[in-house]
Amino acid sequence: MFRSHVLICGGTGCTSSGSLKIYEKLQEEIDKNGLSKEVQVVKTGCFGLCANGPIMIVYPEGTFYSMVNVEDIPEIVSEHLLKGRIVTRLVYQETVEENGIKSLNETDFYKKQHRVALRNCGVINPENIDEYIGRDGYQALGKVLTEMTPEEVIQCILDSGLRGRGGGGFPTGRKWQLARNIVPNADQKYVCCNADEGDPGAFMDRSVLEGDPHVVLEAMAIAGYAIGANQGYIYVRAEYPIAVQRLEIAIKQAREYGLLGKNIFGTDFSFDIGLRLGAGAFVCGEETALMTSIEGNRGEPRPRPPFPAEKGLFQKPTILNNVETYANIPQIILKGAEWFASMGTEKSKGTKVFALGGKINNTGLVEIPMGTTLRTVIEEIGGGIPNGKKFKAAQTGGPSGGCIPAEHMDIAIDYDNLIAIGSMMGSGGLIVMDEDNCMVDIAKFFLEFTVDESCGKCTPCRIGTKRMYEILDKITKGKATLEDLDRLEELCYHVKANSLCGLGQTAPNPVLSTLRYFRDEYIAHIVEKRCPAGVCKDLLSYEIQADKCKGCTACARVCPAGAISGSVKNPHTIDKSKCLKCGACIEKCRFGAIIKK
Amino acid sequence: MGSKQTNAVPFHGTAEQEAQLRAMVEQLKDTKGALMPIMQKAQDIYGYLPIEVQTIISDMTGIPLEKIYGVATFYSQFSLYPKGQYTISVCLGTACYVKGSGDVFEKLKQILGIDDGQCTADGKFSLEACRCIGACGLAPVMTINDDVYGRLTVDELPAILEKYKD
Repeated sequence: MFRSHVLICGGTGCTSSGSLKIYEKLQEEIDKNGLSKEVQVVKTGCFGLCANGPIMIVYPEGTFYSMVNVEDIPEIVSEHLLKGRIVTRLVYQETVEENGIKSLNETDFYKKQHRVALRNCGVINPENIDEYIGRDGYQALGKVLTEMTPEEVIQCILDSGLRGRGGGGFPTGRKWQLARNIVPNADQKYVCCNADEGDPGAFMDRSVLEGDPHVVLEAMAIAGYAIGANQGYIYVRAEYPIAVQRLEIAIKQAREYGLLGKNIFGTDFSFDIGLRLGAGAFVCGEETALMTSIEGNRGEPRPRPPFPAEKGLFQKPTILNNVETYANIPQIILKGAEWFASMGTEKSKGTKVFALGGKINNTGLVEIPMGTTLRTVIEEIGGGIPNGKKFKAAQTGGPSGGCIPAEHMDIAIDYDNLIAIGSMMGSGGLIVMDEDNCMVDIAKFFLEFTVDESCGKCTPCRIGTKRMYEILDKITKGKATLEDLDRLEELCYHVKANSLCGLGQTAPNPVLSTLRYFRDEYIAHIVEKRCPAGVCKDLLSYEIQADKCKGCTACARVCPAGAISGSVKNPHTIDKSKCLKCGACIEKCRFGAIIKK
Repeated sequence: MGSKQTNAVPFHGTAEQEAQLRAMVEQLKDTKGALMPIMQKAQDIYGYLPIEVQTIISDMTGIPLEKIYGVATFYSQFSLYPKGQYTISVCLGTACYVKGSGDVFEKLKQILGIDDGQCTADGKFSLEACRCIGACGLAPVMTINDDVYGRLTVDELPAILEKYKD
C-alpha cells in the first residue's frame, strides 16, 4: 500500500514538454527522501489539458500541478510529499481557492465534460493490464462471451445508437450486422481498427491508444465475436511511436492473460490482433485504401460496392471502426444501450472527443455530450481566445470539413447539425481561428494538403484539386478575376460529385464553406487586391508611421533590398517598388512604427 | 508525393546490414501483407531504401521490383535518398499552421539554404514538412530527430540549430 500516488502525464503533448525527465527526477528525489515505499509514481495517458503541460496530479489530495519544471521537483517532493504542504505557486491556478484547493472536476475545463471514451486516460498506467482490469476492464468481453449471443451483442450496439466516430457517422451496429450476415458461411472474416489518424490537428485517437490501449483490444475482440471473426488488425500511424509501443505491450499482456489468443475465457472463441504501421499517407484513412495498404500495396482506394462487409481485407468480409468508436463499446455492453442512448441528441448519441487547437487558451483534449453548443466548448471549456482577439471561425472535420462562423456559435454539436451548416463532425479536430487568420489562406492550406495527399488514382481528385489550388493561389496573390471565382465554385461541385473516394468527395468542403460564410474576403482579395486579415504576403504593403518613427535607422540597415531611406533622427520611408515584404524591418523596429496593411 | 532529390549518393551498405536485412526478410516473408513491415524494418536498418536494398527484398520475396518501388514512392515515410544526421521536421498541421509554423519553416529553409526534403551539403541536416504529430497543445512544433521543440518562435531557431552543430 502506498499512502500517496503521483500521476504524471506520459502522453505525446506532455512528453514533448519534458514529462519524462520530470518522471526520472521524481523517482530520484523520492528515493533520496526515503519515500519509495510510501509514494508511487505512475506514468499515465493524456489528461487533456495539454496547453498547461507537463501535468502532474498528486492523490489522495487531487492536487493538480501544471507547467511543472524539473527544477520544481525537489520542492514538490520535500514540501508536498514529505511534509504535506501543497506548493501553491505550481498548482493550476484555477483550482486555488482562499481556503484550499478545489477539485479538478470543478474547473471550467473539466466540469462540462463527460468522459466515456477517455474514462481511463490520465487515470491508469496504460502499460499495466491489471490497472485496466481494476477499472472493469475485460468484464464486457467476459459478459459477451458467457452471457450473450452474437445477435444480442449487435442488437445492443444498434439500440445504443452509436455512430462511427471516424467522421462518416455510419451506425456501428448496422455495420456489424452487415458483416455478420451478408456472406453466409464465410471461411474467414476480419476486424480492423482505423488508428491512422491523419487529420492535421486531431489527436483523439492517439490519446486513447496512449492512455488506454486495452479498451481498443477488448472492443475488437467483442466485435470479432459479434461478426464471427478470429483475427484483427490495428492500422496505426508510424508517426505515433508512443502509441505503437503501448499497443505492443498491451497485446503481449493480453495474450499472457489469455484475453487474446485461443479459447478466451475457456469458451470456443479465439481471437488475436496484429499491428500494421501506416507509412504516412492520408488517403489510408479511407476504409478501402486502408485495407489495400494492410495487404502490402500502394494505399489506393477501391470502388464500392462491394463494401468491406462483403469483400474487405484480403477479399474477406471485414469491419473497420475507428479507435474512439471502439473505446465506447465495453461501456455500452456493461452499462446497457439505454444508458448510452440517454446521452446526446435524437440522432447522435453518447459523447464526442474533440482535440481543441489553434487560437484558444485551453488547447487539449475534451469529451463532451453530443448536443453541447460550440459556444460552450470554445468560451467555457476552451477558455476563449488568447490576447483578447475576436473569434472568427472554428474548423471541424480537417481537410474534409468546413469552417463554422461566429453566427453559428450556438448550434448544438451533432452529426446532422454540422452537415447542415456545411461542415462535418469529422474525427474530432476543432481548430479555432481568430481575426488574424485569412480564410482564403486557410482554404488554400487545406487544398495544398489534399493535392499532396491525393493518391492519383482518379482524375477528378488528382487534377481537379490541383486546379482548385492554382485558382486559390492566384486569389491570394491578387491575380484572380471574378470569373476565376465562378470557375472555382463549379470545379468544387464536379470534384465532389465525381471523385472515387471520400478524400476527393470532401476535398472541396473547405473552399465551399469559406465561400459560404466569408465570400467578402474572397471578393476583397480579387477586387480590392487586399487581404483583410493581413496574411497574404503579396497583397500587403509596409508603411512607416511618421509620428512614431524616431529615425534610429535600424530598419534601413536590416532591409535586404535597400528599400528604406531617411536621415538620422528623421522619419524614414519605404519605397514600395523595392520592398520584398520580408518583414525584417517590423521585427527590428523598437517603436512599433512600421505597420503592414 | 514528397519531394525528390536528384543528386545520387553512392550506396555504402555493410555486410552486417545485409545479414540483418536477410534475416529479417526471411522471418517475415510468409506473413500476409508482409511487404510494408519488411520495408519499414529495412529502412530502420539502412536509414533509407536505395534500389540495392529494394532488389534484395524483391529477390527474396518474389515480389516484383516495380511493385516495391511503387510502394516506396507512394508513402511519404519511405525515402529513396539518405537523410542528414539530424532530420528537422516542421509540423505543418492545421493547429501549428494557424499559429505560424509556416513562418518557422520558411526561416529554416533560409538559414539552412535548402528546400523541403533536401539535405545540407555537409550531411548534417535534412529538412522536411510533416503532418500533425499530435502535439497540437504546444503549437507551433518542430522535431529534430527525437527532440521536440514546442511553442516556437522564429527568433529561437538559430540558437536551437547551434546545439547540433558540433
